[in-house]
Amino acid sequence: MTKWFEEHLPKLVLAPSFIVVLIFVYGFIGWTAWVSFTRSRLLPRYELDGFIQYDRLFDSPRWDTAFSNLFVFGFLFIVIAMILGLILAILLDQNIRTEGAIRTIYLYPMALSMIVTGTAWKWILNPGLGLEATVRGWGFEDFTFDWLVNPDMAIYTVVIAAIWQSSGFVMALFLAGLRSVDQEIIKAAQVDGIPTWRVYTAIIIPAMAPIFLSAFIVLSHLAIKSFDLVIALTGGGPGYATDLPATYMYTMAFSRGDIGQAASSAMIMMAVVFTIVVPYLYSELRTKDD
Amino acid sequence: MTDISYTPPQSGSRMAKIVLRWGLYLMLGVFILFYLMPLFVMITTSFKSLDEIRTGDLISLPREVTLEAWRTAWSEACTGIQCEGVRPYFWNSVLIAIPAVLISTLIGALNGYVVAQWRFRGANLFFALMLFGCFIPFQVVLLPMARMLGLMGMAGTIPGLIFVHVIYGLGFTTLFFRNYYVSIPSELTKAAKVDGAGFFRIFWSIFLPLSLPIIVVTVIWQFTQIWNDFLFGVSFSQAGTQPVTVALNNIVNSTTGVKAYNVDMAAAIIAALPTLFVYVVAGKYFVRGLTAGSVKG
Repeated sequence: MTKWFEEHLPKLVLAPSFIVVLIFVYGFIGWTAWVSFTRSRLLPRYELDGFIQYDRLFDSPRWDTAFSNLFVFGFLFIVIAMILGLILAILLDQNIRTEGAIRTIYLYPMALSMIVTGTAWKWILNPGLGLEATVRGWGFEDFTFDWLVNPDMAIYTVVIAAIWQSSGFVMALFLAGLRSVDQEIIKAAQVDGIPTWRVYTAIIIPAMAPIFLSAFIVLSHLAIKSFDLVIALTGGGPGYATDLPATYMYTMAFSRGDIGQAASSAMIMMAVVFTIVVPYLYSELRTKDD
Repeated sequence: MTDISYTPPQSGSRMAKIVLRWGLYLMLGVFILFYLMPLFVMITTSFKSLDEIRTGDLISLPREVTLEAWRTAWSEACTGIQCEGVRPYFWNSVLIAIPAVLISTLIGALNGYVVAQWRFRGANLFFALMLFGCFIPFQVVLLPMARMLGLMGMAGTIPGLIFVHVIYGLGFTTLFFRNYYVSIPSELTKAAKVDGAGFFRIFWSIFLPLSLPIIVVTVIWQFTQIWNDFLFGVSFSQAGTQPVTVALNNIVNSTTGVKAYNVDMAAAIIAALPTLFVYVVAGKYFVRGLTAGSVKG
C-alpha cells in the first residue's frame, strides 16, 4: 500500500491542479460555448438553439464597432510598439554608459496597472485642462487635440496609452535578442568594412526572427485582452466608439444582463486567440519534445 | 594593390562621429521625456490645489505644494456612495494578493517539480493543458465563474477573489518552475532516490534550496498580475471587498461633485506604488519574469 502510494505520489500531487484546470478552464470554456448556442438572456438556459446569438452579435452595430476597433487598435498597437521597441533597443545597444538607468525608465510603465495608465492619460488628454489647454496657454491659440472626446479619433488615444505602457517591454525583448546574436559574425562584418546599418538590416535583425514572433504573440494577446485601459481611459465612449470585444462582453454580462450575447462575444474572442496562439504553442511544444 | 582595399574604410571624420553621438543622446533623451512625462504630470498634479489646476498648465510645477489631495485620496474620496478614500480598498488588495501569491507559487513549484523531474505518461499533456490555460481570454470563464462562486458561497468575498487568482495563476507559476527545474540534471533526483530519499524529501532538501531566483521571479510576476488586476476584481467583488484598482476607477469616474483631478492623480499613484516599488527594488527579476512569460523555455 505504501509502495503504491510512494510510486503514485507525483501523480497525486498533480491531480488537484489537473482537476482544477479541467473544470475551471476547459469545463468553463465548454459551458460558455454551450450557452452561446442558446436563447439565454438574464438567466442561462440550456436548450440549444443554433446560431441565434451569433446572428444577433453580427447584426449589432455596437459589436461591429467593437470588433473593427479590435483590428484598428490591434494593428496600430502591435506595429508601432514593435517599431518603437526595435528602435529603442538599437539606440540602447550603442555602448551607452547609462544604459541600465535608461532601460529602467523605458520599462517602468509595464509595472503599472492599466487603470493607472488610463487615469493618467485621461487627465493629460482631456481637452479642457490638459495638453490642449497647456499648448494654447503657450500662445498657440488654435491648437486642438480633442481625440479623447472625438468619436472618430478616441480609439487612437487608447493606442497611444497602450504603446506608452508596453513598448518598453518590447524593447527589453529585442535588446535581449540583439545581445544573443553571435558577436563573432558581427565583428567579422565590421572588419570587412560593412557599415553599421547594413550589419543591423542584413545580419542582426534577420537573426532575431523568433523574437519578433514572440513579441507579436505577446502584443496581440495584450491587444485582445485590453479591457482595463479602455474602461479607465474612455469608458468605451464617446457613446460606444471605443468599445472593444472585451468591454462589449463585460457590458452584456454585467450591465445588460444578456448572457447569450456575453457568451457568444467571449467565444469570438477565444477564437481570435486560438488562431494566433495555437500554431505558436504547437510549434513550441513540438520542438520541446526532442 | 589588393591589400590596400582590405583596410577598413574610414567612417567619416571625428567631427561626424561626435555629431552622431550627440544625436543618439538627443533621441534617447526625447524618449526619456516621453516615458517620464505622465509620471511627472501625475506627481505635480497631485500636489496642486484645484484652483491652481484650473488656472495653471499641465507641466508647470506646483506654486504651492499641498498634501490635501493625498489626504483626500487616502481617506475621504468617494467611490460611489461610500467616501472612505482608497485606504480600505488598498488593504483589500493586500489581503487578496498576499495569500494568492503564496498559494499559487507553492502549488506551481510542486507542479513544475513533478512535470520536470518525475516524468510519467501524460505529464506532457498536463503541461500543455496548463500552458494553454495561460492564454485564454478570461472573458470566456467570467460567466461560469460568477455562478460557481455563488454556488460555493464565495460570491463577492475576498476568499473568492483569492481562489480565482490562484486558479488562473497556476498556469504561469507551473510554467516558470517547470522551465527552471527542467535544466537541473535528472541524475540528481535519481541519485537521491537510490539513497532512499522520497518525493517530498528530494523537493525539500535538493530543489527548494536551488530555487531562490525562480521563487523571486514568480512571486514578483504573480504579485504584479494580481495587484494590477481589474477584470476579476470588478466582476467578482461587491461594495466593501473591491481591490484598489476598482476603487481607483470608481473615484475617477464618480460623477458627483467637482472633478478633483489632483485627488484622482494622488489615488492613482497610491494604487501604483506597491508594484512600482517592487519594480525599482527588483527590476531584474521583474524583467526576467516578463521575458520568461513570453519566450517559453
